[in-house]
Amino acid sequence: MPDALGTPNSRLESLTLVPHATGLAAKDFKSDQEVRWCPGCGDYAILAAFQAFLPTLEVPRENIVVVSGIGCSSRLPYYVNSYGMHSIHGRAPAIATGLAASRPDLSVWVITGDGDALSIGGNHLIHALRRNVNIKILLFNNRIYGLTKGQYSPTSEQGKVTKSTPFGSLDYPFNPVSLALGAEASFVARSVDSDRKHLQSVLTAAADHQGAAFIEIFQNCPIFNDDAFAPIKEPSAPGLIRLIHGQPVRFGPNGSLGLVQGPYGSLQAVEADAVPEPELIVHDVTRDDPSYAFALSRLDSSDFSHTPIGVFRSVPRQSYDSLMAAQLEQAQAGGDGDLATLLAGNDTWHVG
Amino acid sequence: MTKQVQELDHVVIRFAGDSGDGMLLTGVRFTQETAVFGNDLSTLPNFPAEIRAPAGTLPGVSSFQLHFADHDILTPGDAPDVLVAMNPAALKANIKDLPRGKDLIVNTDEFTKRNLQKVGYATNPIEDGSLSAWHVHAVPLTSLTVKALEDQDLSRKDAERAKNMFSLGLLSWLYGRPAEGTLNFLEQKFGKKPEIYKANVTAFNAGWNFGETTEAFSVRYEVKPAALKPGRYRNITGNTALAYGLIAAGKLAKLPLFLGSYPITPASDVLHELARHKQFGVRTFQAEDEISAVGSALGAAFGGALAVTTSSGPGIILKMETVGLAVATELPLIIVDVQRAGPSTGMPTKTEQADLLLALYGRNGESPVPVVAAASPSDCFNAAIEAARIATAYRTPVILLSDGYLANGSEPWLLPDVASLPDLSQDFAFATSQTHVNGDGEFRPFKRDPQTLARPWAIPGTKGLEHRIGGIEKADGTGAISYDPDNHDLMVRTRQAKIDGITVPDLAVDDPAGDASLLVLGWGSTYGSIGAAVRRSRRAGYKVAQAHLRHLNPFPANLGEVLRHYDKVLVPEINLGQLALLLRGKYLVDVISYNRVRGLPFQAAELAGAIEEVLAHA
Repeated sequence: MPDALGTPNSRLESLTLVPHATGLAAKDFKSDQEVRWCPGCGDYAILAAFQAFLPTLEVPRENIVVVSGIGCSSRLPYYVNSYGMHSIHGRAPAIATGLAASRPDLSVWVITGDGDALSIGGNHLIHALRRNVNIKILLFNNRIYGLTKGQYSPTSEQGKVTKSTPFGSLDYPFNPVSLALGAEASFVARSVDSDRKHLQSVLTAAADHQGAAFIEIFQNCPIFNDDAFAPIKEPSAPGLIRLIHGQPVRFGPNGSLGLVQGPYGSLQAVEADAVPEPELIVHDVTRDDPSYAFALSRLDSSDFSHTPIGVFRSVPRQSYDSLMAAQLEQAQAGGDGDLATLLAGNDTWHVG
Repeated sequence: MTKQVQELDHVVIRFAGDSGDGMLLTGVRFTQETAVFGNDLSTLPNFPAEIRAPAGTLPGVSSFQLHFADHDILTPGDAPDVLVAMNPAALKANIKDLPRGKDLIVNTDEFTKRNLQKVGYATNPIEDGSLSAWHVHAVPLTSLTVKALEDQDLSRKDAERAKNMFSLGLLSWLYGRPAEGTLNFLEQKFGKKPEIYKANVTAFNAGWNFGETTEAFSVRYEVKPAALKPGRYRNITGNTALAYGLIAAGKLAKLPLFLGSYPITPASDVLHELARHKQFGVRTFQAEDEISAVGSALGAAFGGALAVTTSSGPGIILKMETVGLAVATELPLIIVDVQRAGPSTGMPTKTEQADLLLALYGRNGESPVPVVAAASPSDCFNAAIEAARIATAYRTPVILLSDGYLANGSEPWLLPDVASLPDLSQDFAFATSQTHVNGDGEFRPFKRDPQTLARPWAIPGTKGLEHRIGGIEKADGTGAISYDPDNHDLMVRTRQAKIDGITVPDLAVDDPAGDASLLVLGWGSTYGSIGAAVRRSRRAGYKVAQAHLRHLNPFPANLGEVLRHYDKVLVPEINLGQLALLLRGKYLVDVISYNRVRGLPFQAAELAGAIEEVLAHA
């Protein structure tokens, strides 16, 4: 597999059944629809990064399908000049599953948000991940309901004061990366709307993954939850932990901090100079046991003092659609079924 | 001893026992023997939702009723001529349905003090004279079976388990059924367990020989083969026929079949059946819930598959949001509702036809969906093909209504000539060609076929037809998002006009002399009961016409004319008058409803009574 921040030098593994096309540019993926997000919305940056990334797949436009649910982020398919479906609230993973399972020649992308994927569509998300259908899920997490004008979401911090929670929200939030790992996801990553280079590298790694890929993208909502991710928006933000496969995890001022094993499978931040080098954690996305990736995801804190971004986990597992195709192929090895034989069955009789 | 043979023109047998007794298997095998023998037949399984309720209790009783005859019949029979009761619970639950003077076969071994107490018999009904109104054959089925198997190396439990085969052997002798099919079946089923195979064959033969030698049965019966239409037949249940219809439709439309489904009674057997036939390229997907089941199907439809989702009422309501999206995106999709008794969980294993208004109107907004209904178990095959025809030709979701009675009931099916099935393939090039691209090369996903008003089915992978669809209102032609008031009005009316304009055959009326004053109009699984009732009334001298609706939306074009032609219209339904409401609303005809909602099919006698009562007040 390619380095999480590198680019593969051959055709992406998950796209071997998808036709090849070269010479496309970002402008080819811009539709004629006027983009209608609020000024300053993080979705603009993600859309631009996505449109610029798509040509690197070297897939014809007609073999790319973008499926979304409902919410601000879910308007994205209208702006991408490929096939697309803007579906219903929370259901995009289900729809994309049927499409990807029956059409291995397509590159299928799901665009969703924190309310869409984690609240009304939570069940579809976890099952799509566990099945490992060859779909790439981009969850735009702005920690708020934007399209319905500012209610708290399942990723809002506890105590969030919104129109629907004037005395503060009561429920505890999801950590989307932890959730995806718990749902047996084979690829889990996180990126940030404002870091185009990082986002595109994560998209590339996701596209290269055979099976379901889950990417949480921190996305700013300037209207209802502005600066929710401000503490990590600076490239040198001290809490930002950039995960790079095969490299020691280093962060903080001048990269002075590292990670070591803590009690009960947890990870702890330490002054890197204060511990022997072999004890410092070297990032490995390929660990089959998700405990390490889960421990990384638990470094998150509400004050963003430790926030890992990059690929948490990327392990090979046969995708649902390829397994389904293999069963069909095996069943049809002796030729297509004969309808008359099927209808007659084993017990027939003649009259007259 | 030579036994007297009595010829009968029809017989109704009901096998009843514990759900674990294997009575369903006994019934199905007897049915198969009867089918091969050449009688016409109709069956009605009746079982609890619990898989294994406590043994010997009333809730644990399941039964299987079979009606067979030397002429063509339409129903599983109102009341049994023979009741086989494997224990006191089965007797207690079923004896009220057995007319006096009829035959009752009881397994005396199970009439123990404990078993009698479980169902509240203070004394043994076999001995206390309370069954004197019936012709009782008291047979120790269990101990006779165990005795027949005593020289075989079997546990007592395994030996007792073979008692259903002993009963089948006895009944097969009693009605002169051919045994070869059952022996072949046992070989297929137990061939790999020789001791179990041998035990079942021995028990079957012992039952047969018992009938021949015992004095408990002095008469055996003969029901001659029916004069059915010539051809090759098989016995088939509604769920199997429906699954085959879908496979056939995929072949006829030259489209890959995709099923998204979630397990639910009584629809699961369609999923089970389709999952077996991957050699036809069938993809089956067991989803995490009903919503994902229909969602995956819609995704597959977008990708160019003949997409289907199957469920029953409680699942159908969960799917309706996605059906609405299919209406808005105008994609072909088949939604199968195998109706069961509701509301809510209701009675999962019992039949009902109370989802008609749900099918027509159970969505937000103006959301028209064609609805077709199957009339008999084998007719589920044709209904599935018809649903596929409408879905693909008009690019619309179609709801196909079956029900619990059709799903599990069975009847002989004259096998169709595959070559004569309708060709559903169309110029899907209409979807993929460039005919809808404007001069400037712009594709118009909502430009319509002027005849059908269908929009192009432009599937991903087709160069030049890239487009976005969704649940937001679309501008006519371009499909771009539109909040324009006049455009919305146009689109609402156009979607309705498309469904209203679907070509469906005229309603055929069976009115032999053309002089009936009463029309009995039904839909769905009541076809057999209504037909049998109409025959009865005609034999009694009444003039009655019958018609049955396959298409519930749109209705046949001649329906209004047909309704107005008759002085009175009787509409029997296993609901509280849902079709009647539609007919009154649309045609302003004051139809008379007849409704019973007991979780069971209508009995022919009760419908005949209703017919005669309406005519008596004419």
